[in-house]
Amino acid sequence: MAYLELQELRRAFGPVVALDGIDVSMDRGEFLSLLGPSGCGKTTALRLVAGFDRPDAGSIVIDGKDVTRIAPSRRDMGMVFQAYSLFPNMTAEQNVEFGLRIRKNRRAARRKRVSELLELVGLGHAVKRYPHQLSGGMQQRVALARALAIEPRVLLLDEPLSALDAKVRVQLREEIRRIQTQLGITTLYVTHDQEEALSISDHVAVMSSGRIEQIGTPSEMYRAPATPFVAEFIGTMNRLEAVVVDGERGEVEHGGTRLTVDAARGRSRGERVLVLVRPELLELEPSTDGVGSDNSLVGEVITHTFLGSVTRLKILGREAELIADVPTARVDSLPVGLPVIAHVPVAGTRLLSLSERPASDGPDPGDR
Amino acid sequence: MRRRWIAPSAVVWLVVAAAFFLIPLIATLLFSLKSIQTGKCCTGAAYSFVIHDDQFWSTIRLSFQLALETIAISLLLFVPTVYLVHLKMPRLRPVLGFMALVPFVVPPIVLVVGLLNLYKGAPSWFYAKPYGFLAAAYVILAFPYMFFALDAGFRSIDVHTLTEASQSLGASWLTTLVRVILPNIRVAALGGSFLTLAIVMGEFTMASLSAFRTFPTYIQFVNESQPYAAAALSLLSFLIVWAAMLALLFVGRGRPRPAQLAATR
Amino acid sequence: MHQPYLDQYWLTIKISLITAGGGCVLGLGIAYAVIREGTPRFLRTILTTFSGVAANFAGIPLAFAFIATLGTIGIVTTFMRDHLGYDPYAHGFTVFGETGVEITYMYFQIPLMILVIAPAIDGLRQEWREAASNLGASSWQFWRHVGVPVLLPSILGAFILLFGNSFSAYATAYGLAGNSVFLVPITIGFYYSGNVLSDPHLAQALAFGMFVVLAVMMLLYIPLQRRSARWMR
Repeated sequence: MAYLELQELRRAFGPVVALDGIDVSMDRGEFLSLLGPSGCGKTTALRLVAGFDRPDAGSIVIDGKDVTRIAPSRRDMGMVFQAYSLFPNMTAEQNVEFGLRIRKNRRAARRKRVSELLELVGLGHAVKRYPHQLSGGMQQRVALARALAIEPRVLLLDEPLSALDAKVRVQLREEIRRIQTQLGITTLYVTHDQEEALSISDHVAVMSSGRIEQIGTPSEMYRAPATPFVAEFIGTMNRLEAVVVDGERGEVEHGGTRLTVDAARGRSRGERVLVLVRPELLELEPSTDGVGSDNSLVGEVITHTFLGSVTRLKILGREAELIADVPTARVDSLPVGLPVIAHVPVAGTRLLSLSERPASDGPDPGDR
Repeated sequence: MRRRWIAPSAVVWLVVAAAFFLIPLIATLLFSLKSIQTGKCCTGAAYSFVIHDDQFWSTIRLSFQLALETIAISLLLFVPTVYLVHLKMPRLRPVLGFMALVPFVVPPIVLVVGLLNLYKGAPSWFYAKPYGFLAAAYVILAFPYMFFALDAGFRSIDVHTLTEASQSLGASWLTTLVRVILPNIRVAALGGSFLTLAIVMGEFTMASLSAFRTFPTYIQFVNESQPYAAAALSLLSFLIVWAAMLALLFVGRGRPRPAQLAATR
Repeated sequence: MHQPYLDQYWLTIKISLITAGGGCVLGLGIAYAVIREGTPRFLRTILTTFSGVAANFAGIPLAFAFIATLGTIGIVTTFMRDHLGYDPYAHGFTVFGETGVEITYMYFQIPLMILVIAPAIDGLRQEWREAASNLGASSWQFWRHVGVPVLLPSILGAFILLFGNSFSAYATAYGLAGNSVFLVPITIGFYYSGNVLSDPHLAQALAFGMFVVLAVMMLLYIPLQRRSARWMR
């Protein structure tokens, strides 16, 4: 039974359509991320849910009740903003206490709840400090505690980690998830960082130009992107433009080379498609004579990018640039300038048709 | 994106504000169009009287000349000073800032009494013509506005880098000041100048007490005898200040302008 | 100091306090209305330019404009008499009296407040307003707990500036009633230019008195100025 629903939400600012009728359905206790580049409409959607803006069309329903017309101060939601949202004239303690004071809770009960929450976010020692005396990460923890203090039905987070250092970001996102799971609170999270979204969400909704491209679990989004946009946005992907040659045997032609991929079975001859291969699935070996072998492409290594345990190699093929991720330990055998053969796996690749947009929910049943 | 509709309470505030600020101006306009015979609308007689009055022209000319003189002296005095302070003595900046507040808060009335005392021993030419004593007084009066404008202007450019670059290329101090610094604070200097213009054209207290015939004293004089003409003059004086402000706004467009009248978001 | 002069000081201070207070409240309201989210940006430019003009408009022309508005045959007075059946002059009001002076002074006090408080209002982040609303606070609660406390140092500083401005005003009061209004600045001028009684020393003594009042104000202004920088990071 859906707890939070966004139904056909539409919002335009003059000629610019920020949201073009989106539908989202969340269960109680679920953690869903709205993921997309700047301008895709994710923040607009969040602000509509919070009540800081009114949709042109559509509705927002919580636990069966339509809240679209209700003022933000009465929606019983907690919001964590990107930055600068703590009241500067109050200490951390007073900030967290604010919502409870407004609700006229008794002082003893308030104090207790405030110290519980500050302990929960790991700031028990800094309760009497003012915002300008706290680091960015600490400020956001206080903001989180403040939002949770009022025991909201829904927790909303608007890119809360964007303004923080990389290390703090990773640490804090895990804590946010831990707290959310512990409290079981329905959470809507907005971010442009796909790694962030994939690592902590139950479900991810990728958005672009005011529309939802795909909603699914993180692993679905990664393994089976439904549209070229999602494929590009989530992780890195090799995109090979090809034409189907033999739909029965799954053969396609890419830049003069014949490749066999399972995902091409059942397609019609002559159909233009996009073959998607994850970098870690592209097997490389040095080429002795510049001629390819089975199901592979030829090229030359042009750059190495050290990423820690894995090194990303860029290969200049005949038709396109390829990206392959190789364990760093192996990388010495594949120096820059070396002609290589890249094996395209038969199974485990994804195919997208370039002639029409497929449905954007759930994995494709024909996928392997 | 932020919300795009205006809050109803804001509308109320703005409408009431508009009414309060515009009604007196409209009233003045209506008064200025009244005819002496009928006491009602509408005639240009008041304006015609003013334009044909020699004193109108002589006092406007005097005020304008005084303004130019004040601006010239102020710029000559304050530009090098503020430049030096920014460059060599940044500690003095708050001191100057405080000094700049003093004429702002000390009433002109007190100022003029004090100054008249101060200049007691000065030669008679200094006293007799407005170009001496009154201009000196106006420079003091304009100091806060000039200072804040120039200060903001200097803050918005990198004084040290520009000076050092210029000197490393062989320029003397004077050349640096005139060819490098001045063009870069042009906007700030113009802003301060227009404000000074508005102030001098509107200054009444000191001129009246030192018995000089400037434009504002002329308005008061007319006020005592010809109310409708006085209304016309008031409106004219308002328009002069408007013109100065618009010039300021226009000059400030398109350049990182001093945070003088408007703050940046 | 003699009694009549003390009375004059008191009257001048009283008028200054009232116009400073009124200017603060009204100026804040108008400035916030124009700067807040949702109001078209061009209105801010108009308001700022107009405030610059109005703040400098003080003096004889302003006095005259208000005589034309609220004088015995002023436009608004006539309107009230003919269309609303209410004659302010029958009730003891006169534009040359205390209330008239106060209303006239507002014409440059409010714009001055707007110019001074605008940067501080810019520093009021929209996030605070939204966070407060999200946590259940009404508009009034936001101002009480967050808005006013944060702006308070700037407001107090502005109040002092407005007080000083009003206390020093000479030309406007003079334009309203010549020598017959009993404000300290006027009296100083009166004694100095010596129409009936010339007593420059008395004038200087009164001037010094004014200077003391203002110096005290300035001394209060400086620490407040420093405090207001703290909230704004």
